[in-house]
Amino acid sequence: MTIIANPDSATSASRRGFERHLKVENVSRRAILQTLGLAGGFVLAAPLLSRPAFAAYETGAGKMPHGTVVDPKIFVSIAPDGIVSILAHRSEMGTGVRTSLPLIVAEEMEADWTKVRVVQAPGDEVKFGNQDTDGSRSTRHYLLPMRQIGAMARAMLEAAAAKRLGVPANEVKAVNHEVVHSASGKRLGFGELAADAANQPVPAVDSVQLKSPKDFRYLGKGQVSVVDLHDITVGKARYGADVRLPGMKYAVIARPPVTGGKVKSFDSAEALKVPGVEQVLEVKGWPWPSKFQPLGGVAVVARNTGAAIKGRDALKVEWDDGPNAAYDSVAYRAELEAAARQPGLVVRQEGDVEAALKSADKIVTGEYYLPHFAHASMEPPVAVADVKGDKAEIWAPVQSPGGTREDVAKTLQLPPENVTVNVTLLGGGFGRKSKCDFALEAALLSKTLGAPVKVQWTRDDDIQHDFLHTVSVERIEAGLDKSGKVVAWRHRSVAPTILSTFAAGADHAAPFELGMGLVDMPFEIANIQCENPAAKAMTRIGWFRSVSNIPRAFAVQSMVGELAHATGRDQKDMLLELIGTPRVVKLASVKDLWNYGEPYESYPIDTGRLRRVVEFVAEKGNWGRSLPKGHGLGIAAHRSFVSYIATIVEVSVDDKGKLLVHQVDSAIDCGVFVNPERIQSQLEGAAIMGLSLAKYGEVSFKNGRVQQRNFDDHPVVRIDEAPLVTNVHIVPADADTPPSGVGEPGVPPFAPALANAIFAATGKRLRALPIGNQLAT
Amino acid sequence: MIKVKINGQEQSWDGDPSLPLLWYLRDELGLTGSKYGCGQALCGACTVMVDKEAARACITAISDVAGREVTTIEGLHPTGDHPVQKAWRQVNVPQCGFCQAGQIMQAAALLNQNPKPSHDQIRDAMSGNICRCGCYQRIENAVHLASTGV
Ligand code: FES
Ligand code: FES
Repeated sequence: MTIIANPDSATSASRRGFERHLKVENVSRRAILQTLGLAGGFVLAAPLLSRPAFAAYETGAGKMPHGTVVDPKIFVSIAPDGIVSILAHRSEMGTGVRTSLPLIVAEEMEADWTKVRVVQAPGDEVKFGNQDTDGSRSTRHYLLPMRQIGAMARAMLEAAAAKRLGVPANEVKAVNHEVVHSASGKRLGFGELAADAANQPVPAVDSVQLKSPKDFRYLGKGQVSVVDLHDITVGKARYGADVRLPGMKYAVIARPPVTGGKVKSFDSAEALKVPGVEQVLEVKGWPWPSKFQPLGGVAVVARNTGAAIKGRDALKVEWDDGPNAAYDSVAYRAELEAAARQPGLVVRQEGDVEAALKSADKIVTGEYYLPHFAHASMEPPVAVADVKGDKAEIWAPVQSPGGTREDVAKTLQLPPENVTVNVTLLGGGFGRKSKCDFALEAALLSKTLGAPVKVQWTRDDDIQHDFLHTVSVERIEAGLDKSGKVVAWRHRSVAPTILSTFAAGADHAAPFELGMGLVDMPFEIANIQCENPAAKAMTRIGWFRSVSNIPRAFAVQSMVGELAHATGRDQKDMLLELIGTPRVVKLASVKDLWNYGEPYESYPIDTGRLRRVVEFVAEKGNWGRSLPKGHGLGIAAHRSFVSYIATIVEVSVDDKGKLLVHQVDSAIDCGVFVNPERIQSQLEGAAIMGLSLAKYGEVSFKNGRVQQRNFDDHPVVRIDEAPLVTNVHIVPADADTPPSGVGEPGVPPFAPALANAIFAATGKRLRALPIGNQLAT
Repeated sequence: MIKVKINGQEQSWDGDPSLPLLWYLRDELGLTGSKYGCGQALCGACTVMVDKEAARACITAISDVAGREVTTIEGLHPTGDHPVQKAWRQVNVPQCGFCQAGQIMQAAALLNQNPKPSHDQIRDAMSGNICRCGCYQRIENAVHLASTGV
């Protein structure tokens, strides 16, 4: 099938592809200039890959659980007054997906966006297709299906209008919420056609014509505000914690302080004396490793959350700490470092790295340490459940509505049809809310109490019982020849794996972890070896925004800075030299290469695109500008979630070691895009999150217990330490460059760009995060 | 019995006088616009105004506001068109939005006291309000916009 009906462009000589690219670039560039206020004037390199013009691209959407459903009757409904309701089947946690996916449908069906209402779908993957809102997948998996849904709806409206007017279907055309018969000048509104259109046969996906991008009104254009904007500013937007049911009880839970521990005994006498506290009861936990199941503990149930928290403070619990009571972050770091200094499981091998290192003129070694990170989404986990007889209804801020439904059904031993999962807005997710343990806690408590229950996690609970980002040591040895060319690269990455949360004893990274910045490292070096020594997990490890890319990009891109320094070269020049010639990276030696679930043909590692974001950000961000004394510039680039991002950071460090970020420039190539305004906001946010984890991000353990609890001992960046300016530069892409991730990929390059900038400013090379007081002299 | 005026309406509470105002608002009155983010005056998500000054509802006991006037995000402006709210929409500040009620109340309280804050004053006054999504640049710009006329 064709994506864009433009027979003129249906040839694909590379030269022609180049010209077309430049033209499209100029057109869309203008729109971006207007909306984002960017300065003009640059030339893009030719895109390396000239795919057949306007060919459909394959994505991994079909391989996700329950695949994709393309059915306008499920996603679109039109009321007689013309209001078009479009379902959002994925979760809104701040990326704008609840706006952008319906916007795509509205674009294709020629709906007027001001007459569109977005309706949040409950968890039901049989009906809606996969709903896992993670992996920066929503736009890349759903741009095409949403366009198809919109086009099918448009075809049905046009067919209904043609029938009503007694004219051939090809004489009418949907334009901005009406179907127009231009010969007669007759127009029929979508509302008038709604009932008839609904009775039209649903056209085959392949039979409908998608709009030409030149006719787009919304996609890739200026600012489309998110649908919840007004509600958010007046306090009406409804998050998980805002759900209230008649007769609802409020609960908080004291959970085992050591992962895998359990309750030995408890004394509820004092807790029960707290006014408002109604009941104290033990709740079931699952044995370690507990997957997404609750940790168990003691619940305090009250008439409001304040009373429940106060009751829990008064509770006395004795714990059996279980197998992880010895977890100690200082000792664990030493273990990881020792492992990284020994050969490990080889996961990529090109040439002979051992020999090349031996014969190298110089070896530069960098060993980097990154601790556990907590998600600390602004809204801590929370869920409401109402279990009655053999039916359960859940209201929760979950990233996985379908998975939550399945897990609630399994946990309560109900058929999935009897479980309704209503998805509220998420007050941030960052991967934490992909795990539905908090919804399961509410479901179990509601079942026991026979009443609706809200389980609220406090901030302390959130930081103490998170599914943490892993902790890792990344060791890179780079061998240089006499001319300063890098001829050998050995990267050992050792970190407990997410698999350990599911399978006892799992101690090597899964392919999806290896593929995030280790084995997919794109540099053009003759001898490359990647190794993954074993590491035993002692707490729950989970997905955190950009996952393993954070430590890998930190190590690889810091090493680029170290190599630039060792050879006396400019960081950006060093980076481009290492990236090498524009090419598709072949990773023949990698078993089960994880490409973010996408087919490699649609989403290869294209070093031409990686070079381009580096050149783009260097130009837009004025790389190499002269700086005041005490300032420094750093650069880093990384491909993740099949997008390409490069970031420049300017810092200053004063003589007391106080760090200030003056300017951040990030350039992203995420293929064809939907709402540039939200891409900008995601990258602005990624800079803040990157800065937070670089400066402060650390969850550490002693005696198996997390040592941090709240924003005092687990700080995050505040507005008075935010970068003074953050600029986002979107590399324009034509309509047949497959869309790629936006939510996560902004995070990984930030910390290494920062570290490189700090080195430029101070000569201090930071090899361990967080920065903490390492800059104090 | 504690009497307090909330968004212009008299309310009375005869439960635990030490109950934090936040939970009284959210759970007892159903005014869920003010959010819980830390419970210890560390994040600002619960910010309300007590007699026109910003206060963290999570550490303010209900007895502390007896006889006083509390304004929450729901009561900031009858149609949601306070200059700060308008500026917030114009600048497209929110990402997830969870911190924003607290940010808006803090910004409105700032402008009550200092109608024309400098950028440094904005960064200083807003530094008690965490936004984990990282909307700070837009928050700063929106407060500035609100102070110069939307
Ligand atoms: S909840 Fe009150 S300041 Fe965080
Ligand atoms: S918008 Fe998400 S925490 Fe501020």
